[in-house]
Amino acid sequence: MQHTINVRVKNEFGVLSRVSGLFSARGYNIDSLCVAETLDPTVSQITLVTQGEDETIEQIVKQLYKLIDVIKVSDHTQASSFVGRELALFKVRTLPEARAEVMRIAEIFRGKIVDVTPDSYTVEVTGSPEKIRGLSDLLRPLGLEDVVRTGRVAVARGG
Amino acid sequence: MRLLGADIVVRALQEEGVELLFGHPGGAVLELYDALYRSRFRHVLARHEQGAVHMADGYARVTGGPGVALVTSGPGVTNALTGIATAFTDSIPLVVFTGQVITKAIGNDAFQEADNMGLTRPITKHNFMVKDVRDLARIIKEAFHIATTGRPGPVVVDLPKDITQMEAEYHYPSEVSLRQYNPRYEGHWGQIKKAMALILEARRPVVYFGGGVIISGAHEELLEFCEKLGVPATYTLMGIGGIPGNHPQSLGMLGMHGTYRANMAVDECDLLIAIGARFDDRVTSRVDQFSPHSRKIHVDIDPTSIRKSVDVDIPIVGDVRNVLQKFLKLLEGEPKLETYGDQIADWRTQIEAWEQGRPLSYAQTADGPILPQYVIDKVYQLTEGKAVVTTDVGQHQMWAAQYYHAQSPRHWVTSGGLGTMGFGFPSAVGAQFGRPKETVVCITSEGSLLMTVQELAVAVEHNLPIKVVNLNNGVLGMVRQWQQFFYERRYSEVDLHAQPDWVKYFEAFGALGYRATKPDEVETVLEKGLAATKPVIMDFVCAEEENCFPMVPSGGANRDMILEEPEEG
Repeated sequence: MQHTINVRVKNEFGVLSRVSGLFSARGYNIDSLCVAETLDPTVSQITLVTQGEDETIEQIVKQLYKLIDVIKVSDHTQASSFVGRELALFKVRTLPEARAEVMRIAEIFRGKIVDVTPDSYTVEVTGSPEKIRGLSDLLRPLGLEDVVRTGRVAVARGG
Repeated sequence: MRLLGADIVVRALQEEGVELLFGHPGGAVLELYDALYRSRFRHVLARHEQGAVHMADGYARVTGGPGVALVTSGPGVTNALTGIATAFTDSIPLVVFTGQVITKAIGNDAFQEADNMGLTRPITKHNFMVKDVRDLARIIKEAFHIATTGRPGPVVVDLPKDITQMEAEYHYPSEVSLRQYNPRYEGHWGQIKKAMALILEARRPVVYFGGGVIISGAHEELLEFCEKLGVPATYTLMGIGGIPGNHPQSLGMLGMHGTYRANMAVDECDLLIAIGARFDDRVTSRVDQFSPHSRKIHVDIDPTSIRKSVDVDIPIVGDVRNVLQKFLKLLEGEPKLETYGDQIADWRTQIEAWEQGRPLSYAQTADGPILPQYVIDKVYQLTEGKAVVTTDVGQHQMWAAQYYHAQSPRHWVTSGGLGTMGFGFPSAVGAQFGRPKETVVCITSEGSLLMTVQELAVAVEHNLPIKVVNLNNGVLGMVRQWQQFFYERRYSEVDLHAQPDWVKYFEAFGALGYRATKPDEVETVLEKGLAATKPVIMDFVCAEEENCFPMVPSGGANRDMILEEPEEG
């Protein structure tokens, strides 16, 4: 099952390699990974998406806690327990006659055109992986040239 | 008071009560060695950095630690890695200071530069690079705290050369504040009571304990617990000395080369009480058939050890000693205790029958070659199991675990988890520094000994009367044994007959050497060697094709152990 794990760590050099090193050394997969500072600049948050049986996830959480620089680990499994988002940038090489269609589709997905050149549009969209995949499928026949995606960021619902 | 970085390191070591440093100098640590010289800090000059770390490790194992080592950058660090990894797998508290090139040169492929943080990250409990001399004292305080608390382990402090040459105001913190690091010592009462209920209703209970008993100093509590209940106890390689090896309730070691009774008891028990052990693969063998009929209690300070390989019914996270004290408290005035002996009487009879049927044995003949088991048996008898014994890795290590019945904790020094050949002699040097008045015996064999024997120079220099028992069979014995059993005697690269004359080798260093080639010489050589006041080797020319039994073949369950020589077909 897919798990989204938030790891609060000391914002220090080398922390990311401790976390990623733990995953590679013990043979755990990382589907995606995002790191950024939190409101407290001495603390960073790593959002990890990983797969595994319950016992594996239990080990991952315990192993993460064992790292000296890790402050808090929260594992989100139930889709209802957290809000998760990814961001994607789509570069579409457009023929003049397809431009309107690209804009229309982007709008439906609540995307934004963030860069325009004579022969291309760049569309920014946030959402679930399914939404991003959906947009990708629709843009492909219109000249989709490149997609760049972040990993998932997540926050627990409610207080 | 303003001090140079190098002097801050020395002052911090003094504040931590460190009396002895094992190390090897080099360019990146010149400032530190100058500070050591000026302060007359006691330092042992190892002849190789691996030796330095093994010495610090041996010292830590016999004293309770921590052991402290200092090595230079680049090759100094890469040489130290085996030592650090050995300590890491066995949870030994070390603080290792590593030299580093100057801050500005880091990342430029400077002379003797290596990525010390990257190299040591997976083999340390934690590591630090000091980037500002003002953080130095605090980091050293944290390093010692992390190394010695919770599940102990090695911590590396990487010191760029310019940091050791800069000045800062010296203030050694009295406490550490690591908001995120807080090991749990107190076992949970609710879990402990549940565990006690299982213990009191068990009919076939067994205690299986490991190195956690030694580390937490819980040997007295463990003995009281076992004796009050009359429950039999088996131990891992790391647990040796946790109860006296010849205690009537001791089953000996379990696992791949465990005793028949220990493996059968664990296989057939209805309750397994795991204390400070981690269900490692050399203990469990085939994990899905390990102790299949039992409920399991697991006490460990490291939550990741629990349910890592074997599912347990009652996990108890906490310090082994703390938890055993709570068990003992519950046993006070427990009415069921009176009939508990009867409740498990059949079980103890069964275990005794296993022992009578298949005791550990060897067949030393008067005119045959010397058997290594016989030599170890004699070492045990002559020292009464009271010596500090260090070992290397291989057959001799397993025989020592079987036949040398250590009487007390912190007297058994062996590389259990990593299985590092070359550990025995340097760790004996560290152990002799840690217990200067006690007899230190290094049980080894020529394959392991030759890997790190340059440290003999240190033993001679400091006049350490280490007794090396060399079980010299001219082969890499454990590899040969596996090739005999599983590769139809195709002995691939195990012949070690091209080796030094060990008596002359030791004499060339200024040490002593004796040799026995016949069984009737064994005792005389041991008596002479054990009485020596200088480093000494006792070179026992042993049977080449002797095998270590019992032996659980890989992929087998513990009950499938091979107990004797197969008939030749």
